[in-house]
Amino acid sequence: MTATIQTLEPAERPPTTMSSRLDGELLEVSMGPQHPSTHGVFRMNVALEGEIVRKLKPVFGYLHRNHEKIGENATYLSSMPYTDRLDYFCSMTNNWAYALSVEKLAGIEVPERAEYLRVILAELTRLQNHASLLGFLLSDMGAWGTPLMYAFRERENILDLFESLSGSRMMCDYMRFGGCRVDADDAWLGRAKKIVDLFPKFLDEFEELILQNEIVIARTQNVGKLSPELAINAGITGPMLRACGVNYDVRKVDGYGIYPRFKFRIPLGDHGDTYDRLMMRALEMHESVEILKQALAQIQPGPVVNPKVKLRAFRPPVGEAYGRIEGPKGELGFYLISDGGPNPYRYRVRPPSFINLTVLEDLCLGHTVADVMVILGSVDIVMGEVDR
Amino acid sequence: MSEGQIDEALRSELQRQGVWVTSMQELYNWGRKNSIWPLQFGLACCAIEMIATAASRYDIARFGGEIFRPSPRQADLMIVAGTVTKKMAPQIVRLYNQMPDPKYVISMGACAISGGPFKQGYNVLKGIDRYIPVDVYIPGCPPRPEALLHAFMELQRKIDSQKLTGAGKAEHLDAKQPSEFPVPAFGEHDLQPPANPDVYHPPVLERQS
Repeated sequence: MTATIQTLEPAERPPTTMSSRLDGELLEVSMGPQHPSTHGVFRMNVALEGEIVRKLKPVFGYLHRNHEKIGENATYLSSMPYTDRLDYFCSMTNNWAYALSVEKLAGIEVPERAEYLRVILAELTRLQNHASLLGFLLSDMGAWGTPLMYAFRERENILDLFESLSGSRMMCDYMRFGGCRVDADDAWLGRAKKIVDLFPKFLDEFEELILQNEIVIARTQNVGKLSPELAINAGITGPMLRACGVNYDVRKVDGYGIYPRFKFRIPLGDHGDTYDRLMMRALEMHESVEILKQALAQIQPGPVVNPKVKLRAFRPPVGEAYGRIEGPKGELGFYLISDGGPNPYRYRVRPPSFINLTVLEDLCLGHTVADVMVILGSVDIVMGEVDR
Repeated sequence: MSEGQIDEALRSELQRQGVWVTSMQELYNWGRKNSIWPLQFGLACCAIEMIATAASRYDIARFGGEIFRPSPRQADLMIVAGTVTKKMAPQIVRLYNQMPDPKYVISMGACAISGGPFKQGYNVLKGIDRYIPVDVYIPGCPPRPEALLHAFMELQRKIDSQKLTGAGKAEHLDAKQPSEFPVPAFGEHDLQPPANPDVYHPPVLERQS
């Protein structure tokens, strides 16, 4: 089942192929690494003709922290805290993807309550990631501060849940191979239920305030169009791919964990422009709330960790495995090769934001410099994951 | 009574009579400490906690620090929030040099202090205090917003205690003290120099026999 986005009249935009009266050389501008809207330390070398972008070259590596090398030199368990720091907005989903790969590698079963907790935490992560993304995106458009304050107000509530469960606000380090680290008590589930029940109120308020806003529509519709063909060829995943109308969600395709038990829809876009990408996040939050309601109603008492798994001196059998989940930013995968030792022989991360960023030049060509920031914001990157 | 201080008894006596007495130093420091403008500049995970500190719940505006400036020319405080890689270190020193005096640095999080969990990485600088002087260190990975607020208050305390005149006057008023530091260059294997000896004074651990 799919839900299509309500389309609004495309706003009038100035022609993007403005013929320059000054047939001079292109002006090269370096944007970043210190820039208020590059979401960290991203740098772009932009060649400009007037205000129109003619060339764009991303420069990576300002936050390269050797994740993969460290992963190969650390034991399987001690890589878990490092996965928190990949995409530092969504530590829970990173944990899950890594745990899933190791479970595939070693053939570990996960108890049912742990699967439910994983779904609840992953969807809560999606809520806070998408809410803060919308806040940042609107900041990039010039709505400085206020939407971000609204989004962070909700995010803090969700971080409180994470903190009371795992002990940390952002770097949760919560999942373990074959389950979760600690159990959630009934009071925690009650609090989660309360926050989930109140979340649609925030969504309605936010959508009313912002998504029908004339300036938002003028700044985002027909900006940064991505065709479905290019998106598929470039390996784009996540909300960015679904904004082009391609129905691909790892939760439905793979049905990992216990996702097949839940009834939820995949929102799809029509145009693949920035507005569709923005709407995609808003609609996905509604669906996440639905999943959370079902999961919180269905969860039953039981163990949260598989007692057969020995986390200390953990040595999976020789082999390789690729585990992937639908992270808030796209398909997040970990590829592990085991040679039977305590460390993985090869530890590779498939970062969604890095691969989604590869089409940035195609999206930005012909648009103004101000639009580049909006397009970059709608791609939803986190530099910890891009540079690793 | 030390230089520049007002006798508290005299002050309260005058206050009772409707006269408020202050010194130039107190007034100047009071103004400076309550309007610290940080540089809007995040590096990694800690930057998100920095944003959370500025956002609705923690609200750094209560301490007069909400005006995050994207330009170093308008900033008083640099919050080094996150992992400093060797590729990024020269830009940070450059940004520090571009800030006008008086300027302060908060080293936020384990990575900015020492490299933190990524210390073993070949590309990670083992602490920003190798190149620029740091006023307040906050441990944590990442530190909570309350910890950043605490560091902010510590910095306010430091600013409040700085002297305008005399022997122990503030560094930025001393023309002999440097306000810019050399930018490291990319060497064959590492940044050159690996640390600035004028700034970097690691504790010497003496072996006890």
